[in-house]
Amino acid sequence: MGKKLLIHNDKVPGIETLNVYLAHGGYASVEKALKTMTPDQVTEEVKKSGLRGRGGAGFPTGMKWSFLAKPEGVPRYLVCNADESEPGTFKDRYLMEKIPHALIEGMITSSYALGANLSYIYIRGEYFYVARILETAIAEAYAAGWLGKNILGTNYSLDLHVQVGGGAYICGEETALLESLEGKRGNPRIKPPFPAVAGLWGCPTVVNNVETIAAVCPIVMMGGEEYAKIGIGKSTGTKLISASGHINKPGVYEIELGVPVEEFIYSEEYCGGIRNGKKLKAVVAGGSSVPILPTELILKTAKGEPRLMTYESLADGGFQTGTMLGSGGFIVMDEDTSIVKNLFTFTRFYHHESCGQCSPCREGTGWMEKILKKFLNGTANESDVELLWDIQSKIEGKTICPLGEAAAWPVAAAIRHFKHEFLEIAKSKKFVDISHYERLNKIRV
Amino acid sequence: MGSQVHGTQEFNKAKRAEIKFSDEAMKIVQTIISHYPQGKQKSALLPVLHVAQAEFGGWLSPEVMDYVASILNIKPIEVFEVASFYTMYNLKPVGKCVLEVCQTSSCWLSGAEDIVKYIEKKLSIKVGETTKDGMFTLKVAECLGSCGTAPMLQCGASFHENLTYEKVDKILDEYKTVGKQRSYTDLDYKNTL
Repeated sequence: MGKKLLIHNDKVPGIETLNVYLAHGGYASVEKALKTMTPDQVTEEVKKSGLRGRGGAGFPTGMKWSFLAKPEGVPRYLVCNADESEPGTFKDRYLMEKIPHALIEGMITSSYALGANLSYIYIRGEYFYVARILETAIAEAYAAGWLGKNILGTNYSLDLHVQVGGGAYICGEETALLESLEGKRGNPRIKPPFPAVAGLWGCPTVVNNVETIAAVCPIVMMGGEEYAKIGIGKSTGTKLISASGHINKPGVYEIELGVPVEEFIYSEEYCGGIRNGKKLKAVVAGGSSVPILPTELILKTAKGEPRLMTYESLADGGFQTGTMLGSGGFIVMDEDTSIVKNLFTFTRFYHHESCGQCSPCREGTGWMEKILKKFLNGTANESDVELLWDIQSKIEGKTICPLGEAAAWPVAAAIRHFKHEFLEIAKSKKFVDISHYERLNKIRV
Repeated sequence: MGSQVHGTQEFNKAKRAEIKFSDEAMKIVQTIISHYPQGKQKSALLPVLHVAQAEFGGWLSPEVMDYVASILNIKPIEVFEVASFYTMYNLKPVGKCVLEVCQTSSCWLSGAEDIVKYIEKKLSIKVGETTKDGMFTLKVAECLGSCGTAPMLQCGASFHENLTYEKVDKILDEYKTVGKQRSYTDLDYKNTL
């Protein structure tokens, strides 16, 4: 069993309530930080921990915090990104639903470090009921003096609120999220200025993912150096992985970074192997936008070394033979899966979610969806594969925000590793979806 | 959304007079507005639109959007540009229960298409349509964060997961009995459905 720091108490009855959470050591990091540490000391521990943003980009959190501008007399804000929308990702939902106080505790400790007196949790609108759970927990925290004026009798005061979004993937991009939090369309902003200088309402702002903020609590408690000892190399600590698709045990797993991918897929502790005794075909390891890898490349790197669940190992080989840890949305596909059809669902998603600001993304995602539809209709030609490749290559790097890359990468990877599937359909003029049989009668109830 | 576009001014005036939050909803709206600093009340727009949608029949008519604009002291166009951007706001009338079946990768891998077909057949409607009795609208949605419990559908504020045909039957029957979906203003998240 690996070490668990974030969801080790998820099965404790009543852990969503303040009393039970406190009885299991809850809010200790707030007590320690506010009473015995300066804000800069908290930031220093986060730096030492090597914690990297858990939303997908993996940017060092301590460094992000240290970029925060601190002009005199201007408020600073911490905004929690709970707009979890990357297909295949549902870990933040699990954490907030099961242990809402873990996020609130992290928000208080982190807000203290950043000198923010007003913070927001921006949660995707579809998670209505999770927002309710958070609001209930926040009300409890206010009533017990963990939020509000002079927390624990110190000079530090913090107000914390939840805002629900309106259903837009793009609001997971931090500047789009800030636009949305200001009551506008979720159009990403041109950077610079970065939110650390001009964020919410033009003030210095840090935007962090739910899991990142929750991880600050154990870091403060054990110290950054101890935390950095968990994991391998620059992949420190634990990570929540959302496992879904054709596996026996879909769900959220907290792993110590460094678990071999093969162990993660096949061991009973985690995914429990492929459903219905089928063989593994491919894995999307870090949410829909990261490159899909076929069995041989997801289990082992191109050099033949076992692939590990770390930022570095998954990225080994670049995009030619590697992928990314991303958000930890781990989608597993069995041998019957049509890669073309799966790609179609991804591309349809990105077309639907493109905000429409930049033409390469707005138009390109639509064209890609149309071409993929031709494959599903059996009307595609062999040259359509080249056309698809051409379009994706003209989106990447040419848009304001990374949605362009997110839409292009899965297309490129599917063609790179599974070109034969596209060509077969184009040649035979027939799309047979063997993965799409009446699955429902065969799966667990 | 100028009133000229949506019929005569007289008609809109009459309609607008009927649009007013209940006291309970108004209280929620005021609480939401209080979460933001003075002068930043526009930030309350997204959550307030959810309240408005729950209050006024599940969709946002031009008149409702104008009303929300007046409450937040912003221009009607600022409301419309937001309402038309986010997928959760309905700009056309919908049924009492809006069924949104997730169709993205993990749900598709687990049989979401079968669920959609099944509901279409059962309710005799296609995706995007509403049943004749006004009870159900069927939609498809992009990833709703339920990949580990796929396939799934969302109805109002409720998630229904690990769907099977039997489960769909049961859910539809229950909604028919209750007569409405749970919405943003229903504060008790522990309710079934």
